[in-house]
Amino acid sequence: MIRFILGKLLYLVPTFIGVTIVAFGFVRVLPGDPVLLMAGERGITPERYQQLMQQLGYDQPVWRQYLEFLGRLFQGDLGESLVTKSPVLSEFLTLFPATVELALCAILLATLIGIPAGVLAAVKRGSWFDQVSMGTALIGYSMPIFWWGLLLIILFSGVLGWTPVSGRISLLFFFPEVTGFMLIDSLLSGQDGAFGSAVAHLILPTIVLATIPLAVIARQTRSAMLEVLGEDYVRTARAKGLPWRRVVGIHALRNAMIPVVTTIGLQIGVLMAGAILTETIFSWPGIGKWMVDSIFRRDYPAVQGGLLMVAAIVMAVNLIVDLLYGLINPRIRHV
Amino acid sequence: MTGYSKLLMSAAVCLAGAGAEAKTLVYCSEGSPEGFDPAPYTAGTTFDASSRPIYNRLVEFEKGTTNVVPGLAESWEVSEDGLQYTFRLRPGVTFHTTDWFTPTREMTADDVIFSFERQRDAANPWNQYTAGISYEYFNSMDMGSLIESIEKVDDLTVRFNLTRPEAPFLANLAMDFASIMSKEYADQLEAEGRMSDLNQQPVGTGPFQLVAYQQDAVIRYSSNPTYWNGQQPIDDLVFAITTDPAVRLQKLQAGECHIMPYPAPADIEAIRADESLTLMEQPGLNVAYLAYNTQVPPFDNPQVRRALNMAMNKQAIIDAVFQGTGETAKNPIPPTMWSYSEETQDDAYDPEAARQMLEEAGVTDLSMKVWAMPVQRPYMPNARRTAELIQEDFAAIGVDVEIVSYEWGEYLERSSAEDRDGAVILGWTGDNGDPDNFLGVLLSCAGVGEANRAQWCNEEFSDLINQAKATADQEERAELYRQAQAIFKEEAPWATIAHSTVFMPMSNRVQGYIMSPLGSHHFEGVDIAE
Repeated sequence: MIRFILGKLLYLVPTFIGVTIVAFGFVRVLPGDPVLLMAGERGITPERYQQLMQQLGYDQPVWRQYLEFLGRLFQGDLGESLVTKSPVLSEFLTLFPATVELALCAILLATLIGIPAGVLAAVKRGSWFDQVSMGTALIGYSMPIFWWGLLLIILFSGVLGWTPVSGRISLLFFFPEVTGFMLIDSLLSGQDGAFGSAVAHLILPTIVLATIPLAVIARQTRSAMLEVLGEDYVRTARAKGLPWRRVVGIHALRNAMIPVVTTIGLQIGVLMAGAILTETIFSWPGIGKWMVDSIFRRDYPAVQGGLLMVAAIVMAVNLIVDLLYGLINPRIRHV
Repeated sequence: MTGYSKLLMSAAVCLAGAGAEAKTLVYCSEGSPEGFDPAPYTAGTTFDASSRPIYNRLVEFEKGTTNVVPGLAESWEVSEDGLQYTFRLRPGVTFHTTDWFTPTREMTADDVIFSFERQRDAANPWNQYTAGISYEYFNSMDMGSLIESIEKVDDLTVRFNLTRPEAPFLANLAMDFASIMSKEYADQLEAEGRMSDLNQQPVGTGPFQLVAYQQDAVIRYSSNPTYWNGQQPIDDLVFAITTDPAVRLQKLQAGECHIMPYPAPADIEAIRADESLTLMEQPGLNVAYLAYNTQVPPFDNPQVRRALNMAMNKQAIIDAVFQGTGETAKNPIPPTMWSYSEETQDDAYDPEAARQMLEEAGVTDLSMKVWAMPVQRPYMPNARRTAELIQEDFAAIGVDVEIVSYEWGEYLERSSAEDRDGAVILGWTGDNGDPDNFLGVLLSCAGVGEANRAQWCNEEFSDLINQAKATADQEERAELYRQAQAIFKEEAPWATIAHSTVFMPMSNRVQGYIMSPLGSHHFEGVDIAE
C-alpha cells in the first residue's frame, strides 16, 4: 500500500510542473496586457508603456519571468495582484472557503439525491420513474448554468419571494470572519437568525451548482447498478432467498459504488468550472468570480496563482479518490 | 467604539426592533473596488467606493453639475498670469477616527502637499509604497509637467505654482486622483512599516468612513460623525457587490438593496412599470463615434468622410442598439457640457447624396474595415450590432465593409496606430466636465498615435484648443470651443454616433439622490424613508 501511495505521489511531480507552465503561460498567451487595459480609451505613449512594463518586470524574457515565478513559488510566494496590490495567496485563501462551502453543499446534494435516484431507476428499469428521472438528468446535464440560475432567481426570489436573491447572508448580520465558512461563522456569532439566513442564501446556488454533478452521478449509479444486478452472484443471492432489498442495498450497491466514487471525485473539477458561473450569478464571493475578474484585467500574478492553487487542489482531491479507490478495491493497488 | 462593535450594535438594535433603528442605505454596486487609494486607479467602480464616500478634494464638482465649487478649500485666488493658484483651506476639518487611526490634529496644508507630492515626486517614499504602483490619472492629465511646485504659505494656505497657464487645472483638482489624504496617518503607517495598508484601510475627511470590506461581497461604511459639511441623514452605507445587471434588478425589486447603477437596456421598460421603483435618467457625459483614419487615402479627403457620415442612419442605431436609451450625436461633446454648439447642423441621412458625393470625390468600389469593440461600455451597448448596421448602410451606397474585432487591450493599442487600416468604433466618458477633456484629448494634434483615433491633426482646430486651454474666462473659452466644433463638423474626422442615457433605478424610499453628469455615484445627503 505504501508503494502504491508513493507511486501515486511521484506521478504528481511532473504533472505539477506541467501545471505551473500552463498556469504561467495561459494568461500570457491571451492577447492584450494589464498596462493597455489600465490605460483604456485614452491610450498610452510608447515611452510610458515601456516604463510601466519595466516597473512590473514584464520587459524581461518570458523564460526568466517563469524562473522567477518558480523561485518565488518554492518559497510559498505567489506574488502580488497587479490590481489590488495584495498578496495573491492571501486573497485566494480569503475567498476560497466560500467556494468550498458552496462546492461541498452542492456535491452533498448531488450525492444524496443522485445515488438513490440512480439505484431506483436501475431497479425499476424501464418504469416511468426510470424514464422521468433519466430524462430529467439529461436535461440537467445540458442546462446552461447561467440561464438556469437566473430562472431560479426570478421564480423563487422574484415571483415567490421564498429565497434571497444573492449574497451569502443578509446584510443585517455583520460579524468578524473566523473560519470563512458562513454556516460555521454564523453559528459562532451567536446572532439570532444568522444561521438561518446563511442557509437560505445557500439554497439556490447549491441547486444550480449541483445540477450537472447530480445528473452525472444519477446516470453513473444507474448504469453501474444495472451492470452489477446482472451478475451471477446477485442471482445466486436472490436464489438463496435473500430479501430483494438486502440484495440491492448490500450486495449490489457496494460493488456498484466503485465507479460512482470515482465519478464523484472527478466532479470536483466540474464543480470548480461550474463555480465560476454560479458565483458570478449569485454574487458569491468565491474564487470563481475572482478568477474571472483577474482574467479580464490580465492580472498575471492573480491568474497564474489562482490557476495553480485550483489545479493543486483538484490534483489532491483526485489523489485522495485514487487512494480511497485502492482501499475499496484491493485489485487496483497492484495495477 | 470600534467600527465592528458599532455595526454589531446597530444590527442588534435592528433585530430587536427597538425604537432607535439605524438607517442603512444599501447600494447594489456593479463590481469590486481595486483598492481604497483612488490615485493609482482609473475605474469609476473604484472611485465610487473610495474617493467619493471617503475622501474630499480641495474643490468639488457641485452636485448634479460639472461646476467647480469649494471643497476642502474655502476659497482660492488665481494670479493675473494664471500661473499661481492659492487655496485657503477650510479650518476645523478632521480626518476619520477609525479602528486603525485616531487623528491628533486637524487638516492642514501639509496634508494637501503630501497628497500631490507622492504622485509627483518619484523620490517621495510614498511614490512606490507598494511595488509597481503608478498614478495614471495624474500622469495622463499631465499634472507632472504642469505643476512646478507646491508650497505651504501657512497651515491653512497652500499655493500651486504652474509652468504654464491652464484653465482646466481647477477642474482637474476636483477629480478623484486629487483626493486629500492624511499625512499624519501616512507617517504612522510608515513608522509601523505597513505602508501598503494605505490602500486597504483608508482615512479621509469625507461623509462616510470605511468600517469593513469583505472582499468581492460587501463594503460597509458608517457616517462620519464629525463631517465638516454636516451630519448624514443615514447611519450606515452598504455596498452589496452584484456584478450581473439582471440580478441587481432582482435584488432591488426584492428589497435587498435600495439603489443600483447600470441596468440592462432591455430591463428599462420593466423598471418603469414597477410602481415601487423610481427611475432617474440623465444624458451621459459621453460620446460614441466612428473614427476614420484621416491619414490613409481615401479617408484623408474630408468629402469622402462626410459622404460616409451622410450614409449612416444614426437613428436606426439608436433604436436597435441603444433601444431608445440614447440620442444621436452631432457634436463630439455631449449636450450637457458647456460650450456645446447648438448651431451645428448634423449631416442629413441621405444615401443618394452620399453616393453622389463619393463619385464626385472620384471614389468608386470602395471597400473598408470597420472595427467593432469586443466589450460593452457605458457609451456603447453593442458595438458589433452597430458595426453591422453601418455595414448595411454603407453597402447601400456601394461601399463594402468588413467588420473586424480584437481582444479589448489589443483593440485599444492597435486602434491608436497611425497607419491603422479602417474606421474604429469607440467612445469616451468625460473625466472632469471640461470640454478640453474631450476636444483636446481626443482630437488635437498632440493626441495623434494615442487617444486621437482619427489620427487627425488640423492646425487651425488645435490652435483653438490650445488657446482655449490658456484662457481663464469661461465665456471666451466657450466661444473658442464652438469655433472648434464648427471646424470638426466641416472636416468630419469622425462620424459622431450617439450620446447614451444613464439610468439609475431606485426604491421609492430613497430621497435626495442626485445623479452626477460625470457618471459617478455619491451618497452624501441621501436619505431613506422609513
